Amino acid sequence: MQAANNPLAVTFFFIFMALTLGITYWAARRTRTTEQFFAAGGQITAWQNGWALAGDFLSAAALLGIAGIITSHGFDGLIYSIGFLVGWPIISFLIVEPLRNLGKFTFADVVAYRLRQRPVRMAAAIGTLTVILLYLIAQMVATGSLIKLLFGLPYTASVIVVGTAMLIYVIFGGMLATTWVQVIKAVLLSLGGLVLALLVLAHFEMNPLRLFSAAADKYGERVLQPGSKVAGSGWDAISLGVGLMFGTAALPHILMRAFTVPDVKEARMSILYATGIIGSFHLLVFVIGFGAMVLVGPEAVTKAGGGGNMAAPLLALTVGGNGFFGFICAVAFATMLAVVAGLTLSGVATVCHDLWVNVVRSGHAPEREQLTVARIATVAIAVLAVVLGIVFEGQNVAFMAGLAFAVAAAANFPALLLSITWKRFTTAGAVASILIGTFASLLLISLSPTIQVDVLGRSLAEVSQAWWFVPMKNPALISMPLSFLVAIGVSLVTKEDAADSTFQEMRRRIMFGASRTAYAGR
Amino acid sequence: MLSPDRVAPREEAEAIARLSRTRSRVAIVLSLVMITMYFGFMTMFAFAKTAMGTILMPGLSLCILLGAGVIVGSFILCLVYVVWANRFYDPAVRRIMS
Repeated sequence: MQAANNPLAVTFFFIFMALTLGITYWAARRTRTTEQFFAAGGQITAWQNGWALAGDFLSAAALLGIAGIITSHGFDGLIYSIGFLVGWPIISFLIVEPLRNLGKFTFADVVAYRLRQRPVRMAAAIGTLTVILLYLIAQMVATGSLIKLLFGLPYTASVIVVGTAMLIYVIFGGMLATTWVQVIKAVLLSLGGLVLALLVLAHFEMNPLRLFSAAADKYGERVLQPGSKVAGSGWDAISLGVGLMFGTAALPHILMRAFTVPDVKEARMSILYATGIIGSFHLLVFVIGFGAMVLVGPEAVTKAGGGGNMAAPLLALTVGGNGFFGFICAVAFATMLAVVAGLTLSGVATVCHDLWVNVVRSGHAPEREQLTVARIATVAIAVLAVVLGIVFEGQNVAFMAGLAFAVAAAANFPALLLSITWKRFTTAGAVASILIGTFASLLLISLSPTIQVDVLGRSLAEVSQAWWFVPMKNPALISMPLSFLVAIGVSLVTKEDAADSTFQEMRRRIMFGASRTAYAGR
Repeated sequence: MLSPDRVAPREEAEAIARLSRTRSRVAIVLSLVMITMYFGFMTMFAFAKTAMGTILMPGLSLCILLGAGVIVGSFILCLVYVVWANRFYDPAVRRIMS
């Protein structure tokens, strides 16, 4: 395949690497404290953070995966696009202000604010690391096979290259370098998507409706109508929606970005910018997917391999020639690299800030020690990601990204929301809710067709007879309400006076931020 | 209540409670609008596939129109919140602080 030796793709890739490594070198000299390592010293502007949030969130699946689904199944791909966007307003209304004003580096700071540090931090670390590992494995495996497809590099080598690059960004440049990698990647990705969509529309008098009707003429009206690609039963689609909406609002690496800006207003603005960027990008992907359907054809995309992922790159080759094809391939690579760097950094924050500082060292550890622990944790997570990426080669891990959202929705979201809104919430309630949310999601999915049929390869007819069978492929519709019920039930039967009496103080701090607390103390 | 009220005078505590309630109300209303919009769309997608597949004009089906509407609507709701917070909430917080 032409991708294997496309010199332009390789050239673009090297330019990107040189640029980001240069930034890492610059950022490394500005990363001396934990505040700088985990939150870029709070000096990122709202615009930069908005782009970086988009960079953290838009994985290769957003362009390659969704475009591929649209090319082969039409409208149904839009369900994923919408699902990936609708969590952002929820972050904006319910989460971002308390998070920014109560927290320091992780969302566990918020949950533990009124509660007992040690148990809450440990439970939150289990929830967070589960989400991050699932997401990281999904990304690493996708990265390995996509780079093999786009650049012809062997799978293992691809995984090692990505792991090494992200290790360098995070370990030396911390949040500052990671932020700029995200910004550059998000700008390149949006630019690539915009040019690709415009080149497609140029064939259809710049009118998307002409494109869609051309698709309907060629492949029937069904491509504009809801199909059954997304979920088997109706309830499954709703469950997918619950996981995507509330999971987005509780993804650790997204929440972590609230701490990189100077104040709550900038945090709020950055969520607005991110919503605009991500929403526009998904509208472009819809055009790109239909463009590939009409101009390339689903048959050619299937023949190129990679389970539909080649739709966007092949479309770039058709409408923009070899140079543009190389550019899109390099952008896809940059995208994967940036997403794993963001994930790794938030995993490191959990290990260092939540587990080491607040559990092992009871809240007091010298800066130098914290940075050392952070860097050791970075190496550990990078090695783990590479090893798991290699172990899971060729396995069906597509479900893991969706599962990461479902676990975030069930484990993190209820505890986060209740800790800032409900006075009676207790440590026992938080711990039970996080643990039940995590394990219920994992259990439900392992008894569902996702694992039993898609991964283990058993027949649906056989497993659907078993008493333990769970018909839904997406667990969030059950696991998230369960987690809320457990949180409320356990809190009502336990009592925590300290959590009760600090509620007022917390409300003050949500409103005024940490600076006001210092001001009041003077 | 113990320490918080001793730090702050009573009227200040009341103003904080009032503003806090207003913010919660705005946040809850906007969240409910968002949740209704999205799950309304998903429920129709899941259970009213035929209606959602109605072709309105060549190249445009009801589900495409509503789907794009949910994307644009999400952004508009975020914008509404940000404008409210910047124009009303932030100045109110500053008034209590001074």
